[in-house]
Amino acid sequence: MAAETIVRLPSDSSNMTVDEVFASLAPKPPRGGVIGGAGLLLAAIVAVYLSLATLGDLPGIVKVPFFLVGVYVAIRGIDTICKNVKGPGFDTGLWLCVTWLGLLGLAAIFADFLPFTEHVNTVKSIAEPGNARPDLFSRHPLGSNNFSLDLLGQSVYAARVSVGTALMAVTVAVVLGSIIGLAAGYFRGWLDIAIGVFTDSILSVPALLLLIAVVTVIGKPKAPFESVWKMGLTLAIVAVPTMARLARANTMVFAQREFVLAARSMGASNRRIIFREIAPNVALPVLSYSFIIIATLIVAEGSLSFLGIGLKQPNPTWGNMIAEGQVSNVLRKYPHIALVPGFVMFLTVFSFNRVGEKFRSLWDQREAKI
Amino acid sequence: MSLFRDASLGDGQLLRTIGIKILLLIPVLIIVSFGTFVLVDLVPGDPAQQVLGPNSTADEYERIRLELGLDTPLLERYWDWGTKVVVHGDLGKNLINPRVDVSDTLQRSFPINLELAFASIGVSLLLAVPAAMASAYFAGRRLDRSLSVTAFGMISVPPFLSGLILILIFALSLGWLPDSQWTRLTNNGSWTDLNLVENIKSLVLPVLTISINEIAVFLRLLRGDLIGTLQEDFVLAAKAKGMPTRHLMLREAMRPSSFSLITLAGVSVGRVIGGTVIVERIFSIPGVGKQVVEAATKSDYPIVQGGVLVLAIFYVAINMGIDILYGFLDPRIRRGR
Repeated sequence: MAAETIVRLPSDSSNMTVDEVFASLAPKPPRGGVIGGAGLLLAAIVAVYLSLATLGDLPGIVKVPFFLVGVYVAIRGIDTICKNVKGPGFDTGLWLCVTWLGLLGLAAIFADFLPFTEHVNTVKSIAEPGNARPDLFSRHPLGSNNFSLDLLGQSVYAARVSVGTALMAVTVAVVLGSIIGLAAGYFRGWLDIAIGVFTDSILSVPALLLLIAVVTVIGKPKAPFESVWKMGLTLAIVAVPTMARLARANTMVFAQREFVLAARSMGASNRRIIFREIAPNVALPVLSYSFIIIATLIVAEGSLSFLGIGLKQPNPTWGNMIAEGQVSNVLRKYPHIALVPGFVMFLTVFSFNRVGEKFRSLWDQREAKI
Repeated sequence: MSLFRDASLGDGQLLRTIGIKILLLIPVLIIVSFGTFVLVDLVPGDPAQQVLGPNSTADEYERIRLELGLDTPLLERYWDWGTKVVVHGDLGKNLINPRVDVSDTLQRSFPINLELAFASIGVSLLLAVPAAMASAYFAGRRLDRSLSVTAFGMISVPPFLSGLILILIFALSLGWLPDSQWTRLTNNGSWTDLNLVENIKSLVLPVLTISINEIAVFLRLLRGDLIGTLQEDFVLAAKAKGMPTRHLMLREAMRPSSFSLITLAGVSVGRVIGGTVIVERIFSIPGVGKQVVEAATKSDYPIVQGGVLVLAIFYVAINMGIDILYGFLDPRIRRGR
């Protein structure tokens, strides 16, 4: 974006040499150096530790801000260290997001081998007292819910369902949407109008209501794996038209370029032009946009299971975990039941948005007409 | 709705394009209404049985079958329903509570959605516009960067999470506002006894919840457009004449930068009218979304059909209006860029 490239000359630039001016314009790493950053990080870890472990009995309105400030200071600390080591241009936020997504992905894939306290079988957990508060060094590091199921374990298994559903939906959307969009944008005419009317029809119904209606027809999923493909295909219904529009807009831009004309004048068939000449170019914006779509779809899946139209507890998804903590008595007494999965979900959605935004700014050619 | 935006729009062509757009709305509405209508037939099992549950009399069963028209073929039934809707505005009767018309149910809840949508978009604009101005004016500086990060965070909060956090802070911990109970503006539809204060109190948290996402979207859009405009020559000229910053931002830069914001705000109103199911659930607001979801879980199909149709019509109509308005507002579109 233009804003980042605005150059401000130093006020006393008149009596500097050219080299000095350039040197003064180069961005500097934040003050404090590695040691300062490490200090910040240490202070932050102590603060987060205090808020999660020792301050156990203070009301949430003190603890939660304390925790958030701790997280903020920790990020500043990491930022200072990274910028001093890697140079001032280092995009710490982006890499933190990538790290989070990587950790979450690994945890979700290898969840079966991780030592979680009981998180799904209420029969086994029934003996324990429920609603444990978060305490990093107890058996429930992030607390437990009403049925004494471990929230850390639930959050990780929920990631399987929630992120898996979104990935399923986005894969279908990218493949189908690209084909539809390529056809509409390349052939134009009646095909384009028909596809346009159809996508407009789907997009003119409020997405959540459409999804609810579809799920009532096909039936709620009962097992995690069933949920991934069933809800994934349902979510694809709203994701395909969006992708199709994007692919169509980009196809129209590329279809007018010289290399397409060259291919056509050499006698290339429509199929060859679409798949060999245009599709590779359209793939870049579509794929980079798909990260942002994933973020939206995770929220959509969460909304459905929050409303009770999706997987039911004790099979966790982020949506039904938050719904469990939503009841006003539970929310008042044990806010962590809603806030823990909420925070995990927020970080994930934020990270996908952030990474997607980065890709989009790399590949986007001046906001193609959608 | 942007099928023809790339066509060159000479002055005479504008009307023609609008005409084509209106024509294209008809198939959209037909597909949407047919889609909701055919839903009943797609439900596995006997829909009438589904509505009534296991213990029901043969009488009730006959009534539901008749109301749904299950003894006639699908297309004929759709035609009957369609003509009733178009000619009489009659959306049929509730199945569970047959004395109530669907249109009455919707008439009672729809104003709530309008109130919510306009209030939220209004509040969002009120907060986003000054923030975007500050952000664009100090582009690249600390204020701008922290506003951008905040906006990014706000986009990523799912509404059911932000709603709960707001309840937790303002209703449960501080006790300033009611926790999930809705007070209607008027009880009996007369303008003489208004529950204005109570209504606004119950409006605050839902509106904030919706706004959190919208503010961020508006802020990012307007900031980008403003930064673009501020680099134009006429702004430099005004600056060279010694105009104060206030004048530069409000008089020079704001108008040309606000076109896409206006479009987006309009589209958002349309989207928010139908897209508040979650907020309605959290705050127990009896809006259309809540009615439709409840009806869907009870298999009360006429409400689902009617509700979705009404929301879709509104969405399409608002989008359409925005498209037309846009053509008149921005001369560049009229002249075909």
